[in-house]
Amino acid sequence: MRGFSELLDALIFSPRRNVKLAHLAGWLRQTPHPDRGWGLAALTGDLRFAHVKAGVVRELAAEVSSPELFALSYDFVGDLAETVALLWPSEPQPGEEAEDLRLAEIVTRLNAIPRAEVKGVLAGWMDRLNVAERWALLKLATGGMRVGVSGRLARTALAEAFEKDVGEIEEVWPLLSSPYDALFDWLEGRSGRPQAEGRAVFRPMMLAHPADDGLAENFTPDDWQVEWKWDGARIQFVSAEDGVRLFSRTGDDISASFPELVQDMAWKGVLDGEILSGTPQKIGSFNDLQQRLNRKRVTSRMQQEFPVFIRAYDILLAGEADLRNLPLSQRRQRLEAEMAAIDTGWLDISECLAATDFDQLVKIKEQSDPRIEGIMLKKRDSLYIAGRPKGGWVKLKRDPKQADLVMLYAQRGHGKRSSFYSDFTFGAWRDGDNGAELVPVCKAYSGFSDAELKKLDKFVRDHTLNRFGPVREVEQKLVVEIAFDQLHPSRRHKSGIAMRFPRFHAIRWDKHPEEADTVEQLRQFMTRDNS
Amino acid sequence: MDWVKIDKKGLSVLPAGAHIDPLSACQTALITHGHADHARPGHQQVIATPETLAIMAARYGDDFAVIKTPLGYGETMQLGDVQIGMAPSGHILGSAQIILEHNQTRLIAAGDYKRKADPTCAPFEIVACDIFITEATFGLPVFRHPDPQAEIKRLLKVAGLFPERSILIGAYALGKAQRVISLLRAAGYNAPVYLHGAMQNLCDLYQAHGVELGELRPASISERGKPSKELQGAIILAPPSAMHTSWARRLTDPLLVFASGWMQVRQRAKQRGVEFPLILSDHADWDDLLATIEEINPREVWVTHGREDALIHACQTRGISARALSLIGYDEAME
Repeated sequence: MRGFSELLDALIFSPRRNVKLAHLAGWLRQTPHPDRGWGLAALTGDLRFAHVKAGVVRELAAEVSSPELFALSYDFVGDLAETVALLWPSEPQPGEEAEDLRLAEIVTRLNAIPRAEVKGVLAGWMDRLNVAERWALLKLATGGMRVGVSGRLARTALAEAFEKDVGEIEEVWPLLSSPYDALFDWLEGRSGRPQAEGRAVFRPMMLAHPADDGLAENFTPDDWQVEWKWDGARIQFVSAEDGVRLFSRTGDDISASFPELVQDMAWKGVLDGEILSGTPQKIGSFNDLQQRLNRKRVTSRMQQEFPVFIRAYDILLAGEADLRNLPLSQRRQRLEAEMAAIDTGWLDISECLAATDFDQLVKIKEQSDPRIEGIMLKKRDSLYIAGRPKGGWVKLKRDPKQADLVMLYAQRGHGKRSSFYSDFTFGAWRDGDNGAELVPVCKAYSGFSDAELKKLDKFVRDHTLNRFGPVREVEQKLVVEIAFDQLHPSRRHKSGIAMRFPRFHAIRWDKHPEEADTVEQLRQFMTRDNS
Repeated sequence: MDWVKIDKKGLSVLPAGAHIDPLSACQTALITHGHADHARPGHQQVIATPETLAIMAARYGDDFAVIKTPLGYGETMQLGDVQIGMAPSGHILGSAQIILEHNQTRLIAAGDYKRKADPTCAPFEIVACDIFITEATFGLPVFRHPDPQAEIKRLLKVAGLFPERSILIGAYALGKAQRVISLLRAAGYNAPVYLHGAMQNLCDLYQAHGVELGELRPASISERGKPSKELQGAIILAPPSAMHTSWARRLTDPLLVFASGWMQVRQRAKQRGVEFPLILSDHADWDDLLATIEEINPREVWVTHGREDALIHACQTRGISARALSLIGYDEAME
């Protein structure tokens, strides 16, 4: 635990990726097995204890101080586990070095005990630990480390620590389960590489870069494949001997949400594509797709009411043949050929667009269907490389829509922004019973700089009208230009609209609230979009 | 109790015709200590400890006030209908609790204070009183400042891991900087400590008042070219505002340290963009705030600024009546 909590602190405070990598690689080399495996699982979100609920931290909280003092402390610290760790009454005395608590001991014990014993066991351990270790223990037990370690970073650190290619580690990762005995056996030369052949497991995906300024100059039409960027969800479709599965971009198995797409089929292989609502002939909205995403069970009525289909744009495996080391131009040919062999109504192929120059591309993306987010540019000679390789795929998003809205409420952030008012609610005008009134239309908490955040925080503190727990109502005077992707009708919101991905575009300190937009003006965005 | 009131300038002592740490220019100012938010220039008369007057002169020039009246620890004077005295508050060099007596009532404005040992200033003195006016910068039970020597040892251990990096410590130029240096010396660190230009003046003043800081050198980094080899592996002190400037970027891969009580809270440290949070405070932590109030055992506690809600709650559960003055304008970023 001592080494692990020091690692966590080093990871939290290291701003640079390569410093984080060095800390992590060093820890992986020095820590004995299986502690290193459990630690790795905790860092990558792969460690869960069925009997430990997040509520146990609240139960511990009740023991460390009065409810009033705890509430004030939590409001300031912004993190429940950290608040409990700081408030924990006993501290090991310096010099009295207790025997270190091993991760393996924690994992074994927490897996073995019934729920009723969890609190007591954690409390017993807390008494032996210092404040940083107490925090680490609570995070480990309840999941959700949030120390800035992505799965990718952890795998890169593994590659660095054991001198392997990170692509190889990515490839075997879905085959593993904590504490990764098979992985370390392979990394340390005691056995061969775990094999994925014939198994319906996730293959690491290739991701796109946002377009940069250089693109306009470097765009040569013959070298690029151009496609629409559809407003759906990226998926990987895998059909293998042991089943058919659907994975999200991050490798989560989302088959249960889409039972109609994972029926056994004769065709075997791996496709990369987008899941969209509706049918290939009539595409639905993202709002409809959301009715299906993140559901553990889907009724047949839901399947009929909100049909979905897959629009494929790449092929990774055909049968046993791995196509990832072929250039895109050849994969595309193969995709077209294989698609002919798959006879199903819920799968089609992403259309390739013709463009003669960059200016034309920019025009295309703006004139497009509202269900299109922009366009994708893919180098015809690019291999399918996991991660975000340079010079591979580029996404060119259409310009966002904007509205001038008035700040109504502010709430303090959690995590990094725990002491700042950083989550804001904005309103637009409408005619109410007593004249014009502002009605909430969206919440936004991104798109501003740290310097702007400070000014926003000061504005909130200086213009508070009312406090409702953590929320402050502010004077209706600050206008912010909010950018957003889409508007949808909504019965849940008072204003009757729901905004997709609202974020700050510019803070208009200069504008008067009377100049802000009306709900009616926003509605026009919606009718234009959905027509 | 109606002779001490809050007005626009802060805490007003009516029968003395004076303000304590006034926020804007006034006739007579009683100053607890030299931090810029408490000691402002432009008053007609300033009454403060000789050290605080020296600090104000060093910062604002000799004409910071028309009349300068030194009042040392343990001394008293009469101002209008009020007897005024000074007692050390342990915050920084010259910091004082201001003791006011009028109509058989004794009131103490403690200013900012701490109870932990600090060789750069006189230790806090317990003085009995009816009304104790306390700060509450760290008035939450999550704040239990660790042992300062242990923190410095932790820093020196990490510094040893990166012999090629400059250790850049952000510390407020008055008080915190000198405390960090004196802690380094106490931990046996004898190499020269390098100072950002804004630090020199006040370090000289401390040394002139007999505070031993060892060898100090200017951290001169030329506008162009590489920083001198001398600064690699060296400890450099700079005001927090200089930590993310082009000046700091010219150092070789600096390890950013920030010395503050706020560093106790992880996300606060993260906001500061520091790689090493050094938990070191010149304010009383939660346990010390409560211990001080219990020792003094006043009839009433008034809380000037900080996280007053928790402290007032804790006083009330101990049967001590307490209220918030909610003074604004005192800057906590300096801690």
